[in-house]
Amino acid sequence: MITTLLYSLTGLILFGMGLFTLITHSHPLRKILAVNVMSTGVFLILVATAYIPLGQGEVDPVPHAMVLTGIVVSVSVTALALILACRVQETSNLALLKRKEQAKTTKEVAG
Amino acid sequence: MSKIRNRRKRLDGFQRLLLLLVICLTTLLGTIILTIPENTPGLAGAVARLQERSGVESPVTAVLLNFRGYDTLLEVMVLLLAVIGVWSLAKAPFPQQVTDISPVQMGVVRLLAPLMCLVAAYLIWQGSHLAGGAFQGGAILGAAGVLMLVTELPWLRGIPALPLRIGLVLGPLLFVGVALSCLFLTGNLLGYPEGTAGWLILLIEAACAISVGLTLTSLFAGGRPENEIPDKHHPADHAPNGDRS
Repeated sequence: MITTLLYSLTGLILFGMGLFTLITHSHPLRKILAVNVMSTGVFLILVATAYIPLGQGEVDPVPHAMVLTGIVVSVSVTALALILACRVQETSNLALLKRKEQAKTTKEVAG
Repeated sequence: MSKIRNRRKRLDGFQRLLLLLVICLTTLLGTIILTIPENTPGLAGAVARLQERSGVESPVTAVLLNFRGYDTLLEVMVLLLAVIGVWSLAKAPFPQQVTDISPVQMGVVRLLAPLMCLVAAYLIWQGSHLAGGAFQGGAILGAAGVLMLVTELPWLRGIPALPLRIGLVLGPLLFVGVALSCLFLTGNLLGYPEGTAGWLILLIEAACAISVGLTLTSLFAGGRPENEIPDKHHPADHAPNGDRS
């Protein structure tokens, strides 16, 4: 029980860290990484919750199947997000991918 | 170093408030996790009861492809959508001009790629009774594809565009086909007829593994391949392959 709880709380902390980074950082790569950290936390919680032992180490297979689905979806979401970030960097002069000083000047010019 | 230290100190009011809110949310979720009742029945019992009728022995595979096959169908569609999105956004830099690839890497990939295909096939087969299945096998296939991409094997450039696309949609199409035929035969979407579930699941898994492997490789390549299907209206755009339509 303690081990399961440890895994769940670790997943929860990962989720919180990812959420904070997702909101505070404007760099797309950091956002993508933050979403990945968040999803990893959620998977950890799901798998740990599935391992509440019922009798002789029996494991609920439904959360496992959900996590498998989730991993695949998160891989495809990451790939699509990375390509979108690359396109943003290539085609726009939005200052998302530049440093802060440059970003300010670009914003002033644009505004 | 000093720059990094300065950036760490700079937490303005908004960020502090946000940090507080995130900590509150985490604590709230933590109390929820702590108060999850132990020994809830869950769905393990229900899955175990219907295990014999599912056609496979592994409970996870049974959930993935039989009890909740609808989810897996949509998941395969999500993968296909991701590839379509990536392909419509960018062109792949692979395979590019062959540069100096170390002969060791070349030899290792030549040895590893067939072996990985074998392992993938074994994983798909194993999915019926142990951990394994379409996505694990597909991941191995995708890894083999990525290895071949970064090694820039010369024959990769010769892969025609049409078989690649057919391979990408093979899994989803077969899955939808099986689902629709089940709808006509038994009246339920993905309600396999009695006795055929095992073979149907293996068939779907094999096709999906090929599609997942190709999908992951295409996602890694990061764009559509250079050799497009020749466009009949603008044959001049694809001069190298333009005469092959």
